[in-house]
Amino acid sequence: MNISKEEVLKVANLARLELSQEEAENMAEQLATILGYVAKMDEIDCRDIAPTTHVLAIENAFRDDVMKPSLSQAEALANAPLHNDEAFIVPRII
Amino acid sequence: MELSALTIHETQELLTKGETSSVEVTTAVFARMTAVEPKVAAYITENRDQALNQAADADAMRSRGEGGALCGIPLAIKDVICTKGLRTTAGSRILENFIPPYDATVMEKLQGQGAVCVGKASMDEFAMGSGNENCFYGTPHNPWHLDHICGGSSGGSAAAVAADECMASLGSDTGGSIRQPASHCGMVGIKPTYGRVSRFGLLAFASSLDQIGPITKDVRDAALMLNAISGYDPRDSTSAQVDTPDYTKALVAGLAGLTVGVPEEYFGAGLDPEVEKVVRHGIDQLKAAGAQVKAVSLPHTEYGVAAYYIIAPAEASSNLARYDGVRYGRRDMAADSLIDLYKRSRSQGFGDEVKRRILIGTYALSSGYYDAYYKKASQVRTLIVEDYKRAFSQCDVLVSPVTPTPAWKIGEKASDPLSVYLSDLLTIPANLAGVPGMSVPCGFSAAGLPIGLQLQGSHFREETLLKVAYNLEQRLGVVGRKPVL
Repeated sequence: MNISKEEVLKVANLARLELSQEEAENMAEQLATILGYVAKMDEIDCRDIAPTTHVLAIENAFRDDVMKPSLSQAEALANAPLHNDEAFIVPRII
Repeated sequence: MELSALTIHETQELLTKGETSSVEVTTAVFARMTAVEPKVAAYITENRDQALNQAADADAMRSRGEGGALCGIPLAIKDVICTKGLRTTAGSRILENFIPPYDATVMEKLQGQGAVCVGKASMDEFAMGSGNENCFYGTPHNPWHLDHICGGSSGGSAAAVAADECMASLGSDTGGSIRQPASHCGMVGIKPTYGRVSRFGLLAFASSLDQIGPITKDVRDAALMLNAISGYDPRDSTSAQVDTPDYTKALVAGLAGLTVGVPEEYFGAGLDPEVEKVVRHGIDQLKAAGAQVKAVSLPHTEYGVAAYYIIAPAEASSNLARYDGVRYGRRDMAADSLIDLYKRSRSQGFGDEVKRRILIGTYALSSGYYDAYYKKASQVRTLIVEDYKRAFSQCDVLVSPVTPTPAWKIGEKASDPLSVYLSDLLTIPANLAGVPGMSVPCGFSAAGLPIGLQLQGSHFREETLLKVAYNLEQRLGVVGRKPVL
């Protein structure tokens, strides 16, 4: 298994992470080792096996559409690093 | 004996007789914390003032004839469970200042009984780790051997109980994070069936695997804690609508009529001979208690780690996308575009292991790789689920080691993430199949490190695990042995 530094940087961008060149090199090496191990799954022929995403047979969880107390605006904003008491503030996007 | 050294049920007896009060017990626990916390470092945040108020409230509840089995009992809570008004960091720098505006369902349930929260326990960042060495706030030390890990990711939760810095605790288990530290610290730990305990208010790591559960000093306490936190919760859409029994009723002597399965794959290469000896001795005790012992096979066990290290990081990469520096958590104030804000806040806030898993997960889900990794892992998961179904048609409970070795030295595996991942090979399958798993103290290594025995059962059969654990505990008499601190 081989993963290039460039591939790591591409994936990091998708995941919205910033890596230094050195970090990217280390990660490339570690990811190659880990995914190399994961390739162990190739020993099994899974062609006719249905995938499992959920272990219990749970159906859609519906609830009645009724009003319930929720967080106030002040509570929802309390942990925001930057807000104007009405909304979260982010850098200009348009 | 010091009050802090008592179990929940022993404390309840004294409280009921009026021989002590919750304020007195909680004060004793804080005195113990003052004495040993510099060595153990089990907590990220202590909750001294609030806890003493909660204890006074609990005493008032008790005098009115109210409160549950946990009324007035000092508990530690893993720092990944939201506690209203009390900082919750998930062991991460990105949540250094996060004060949850609401309580997790399990906290509401504990508080409803009158339990006291003495602090938020240390953990691997976002529960990603097996040694509690990935915590931004420092690594806790194993109370039995201070230069060894406590296990992870609920390392602080296990260490705090073992060091008598609380009477019991809550942890969370995605691939072994309750059972493994419980084993390394000589405590009882249960990962309940997926869906048994509400995850509302648990900061999500891998949503198809995560489950909250207790770490306690003995099996009776585990039953009491499980009684308190189990049950359907409409706020967790994956919580199961099944009845919760009174788990203390499962604690009866004798295992006649019960079949214990010993999965050969759990005793394979890499198993430390000391661990094997202790666990085999435990199995002999179960036989002596009347159980029938039978060899069984779960042939896909060896593929569990590979499937897990795709599924868990894939889910984590999605769950952790919410940490964007906007609504809560660390934010880079200098960033001048939104993308930069995300990137810089996340890169400064997350540690290496979390970044590594986000990258693995993003890679595995990215275009062109999905079938080779995520789909394949989900198919392997099916095979593991089928292994369990087959095994449980032949036996009631599976008995095995929890971990292949006793706790390792702090720092020993720092440069080798894969070797740490592989240490979870015996606990991961239970999460992939959603079955309940439990670690029960079973003995010690020659160096004095605790060794646990793992029990696994069918979905929603925690009672069977508790019954077997109770019998093992009665026969081994390992409870009550304390680390010297």
